[in-house]
Amino acid sequence: MRTIRIIPCLDVDKGRVVKGINFVDLRDAGDPVELASAYNDQGADEIVFLDITASSDSRETLHEVVRRTAEEIFIPFTVGGGIRSVEDARQILRLGADKISLNTAAVIRPDLISDIAKEFGSQCVVVAIDSRRSDETPCGFEVFTHGGREATGLCLLEWVRQAVGEGAGEILLTSMDRDGTKNGFDIEMLKAVSQEVSVPLIASGGAGNSKDMVDGALLGKADALLAASIFHFGELTISEVKKELLKAGLTARGA
Amino acid sequence: MTLRPSVAIFDYGIGNLRSAQKALEFAGAEATLTNDKFILKESDGVVLPGVGAFGRCAEALIESDLFSLAASMAQEAASGGKPFLGICIGMQLLYNGSDESVGTSGLGVINEQIRSIKGDVKIPQMQWNKLNCDFTHPMFKGIEEDPWVYFVHGYSAPFTEESVASCDYGTDLNAAIASNNLWATQFHPEKSGKTGIAVLKNFLSILKSD
Repeated sequence: MRTIRIIPCLDVDKGRVVKGINFVDLRDAGDPVELASAYNDQGADEIVFLDITASSDSRETLHEVVRRTAEEIFIPFTVGGGIRSVEDARQILRLGADKISLNTAAVIRPDLISDIAKEFGSQCVVVAIDSRRSDETPCGFEVFTHGGREATGLCLLEWVRQAVGEGAGEILLTSMDRDGTKNGFDIEMLKAVSQEVSVPLIASGGAGNSKDMVDGALLGKADALLAASIFHFGELTISEVKKELLKAGLTARGA
Repeated sequence: MTLRPSVAIFDYGIGNLRSAQKALEFAGAEATLTNDKFILKESDGVVLPGVGAFGRCAEALIESDLFSLAASMAQEAASGGKPFLGICIGMQLLYNGSDESVGTSGLGVINEQIRSIKGDVKIPQMQWNKLNCDFTHPMFKGIEEDPWVYFVHGYSAPFTEESVASCDYGTDLNAAIASNNLWATQFHPEKSGKTGIAVLKNFLSILKSD
């Protein structure tokens, strides 16, 4: 039985939850710990924190958020943003996170994936990828780093294969074209990646309603569906999504 | 004030044990991560967690000189001694060995071999799944009717008389075992929300504090 996971993503800047539209125009959506705990009560299957603060002096603030969250919620919980070494990963896991998510640092140094996977197991290494449609790569999708600001010339499918080869336990795939648009996930992109690798795929970027979520799982073959602002601003609840998944013949926890 | 039961968690240098500690504390225990044999022996109960590969966990137990202690404590728990809870690979380690790491011995408390998961499913199973469990067993006392728990595993223990729960993932998989005071779960109670905390509380309820 395949159970689709619903994952609210909290973009955290200086200890507060924010979410941008197409990676700019950040809006404040509250305290991360409170929000995580509310999502836990609403039936979220997992929580993702992405620390989008660039400056290193905010690490302490993030650490405090992670520590407080781990004391309150007992569902899988992933932290990403600014993790560049095994030591960075160790610190986050010691505070109580279950998985760490790597993005830019993994593209710069793919060994980082295997180093962390060897130390803590593949199950705690999520490789997050920001990608958009492009004529620059053979597969038609290009990988971007640094919060979507830098093109790498890397072909998405090639990078996914390499990341999984290095020991990535999951892929968190964000379509930059769709992120913040509410036009639905990029189904073709999801399909391409889910056919390429066997590790769980988390769809991100573009879901605006329950049907988009169902499409991500049914057509895109994603194993988990991630969204931020539509949950934060109450436009969609987790149980609504789960009910629709059920109607579509899929399985969800507690729906 | 009632004393919180003390639980010692085998800290043998693998993975991330903090979430198990935090969940046990939330469930009401005084939980310590330790490789100190004295503390392990003197606690009211012990927990053997494990993540990653079977072979790496078994080797790490040997390297930290805790292999034979874990084996004897698990064995004693099975004969009514100090309660012992294995989690995930910590459950698999109770067996003779695993197809994942051929040639590496487990603790050998249960005379069976861990096998790979078969069927047209993604490996590992990394998801929530519904438990079919023996509600009469103390492990599942007071648990909700449709219990969902979180799994991360690519290998699985065969069904034996010790099995008290299963889940459907392509085929039926052994999700938990119990033999007297030796309990073990393939799922992660520390990551399974309310249901997981209830299982941990049930484990704490069989501890005798002294």
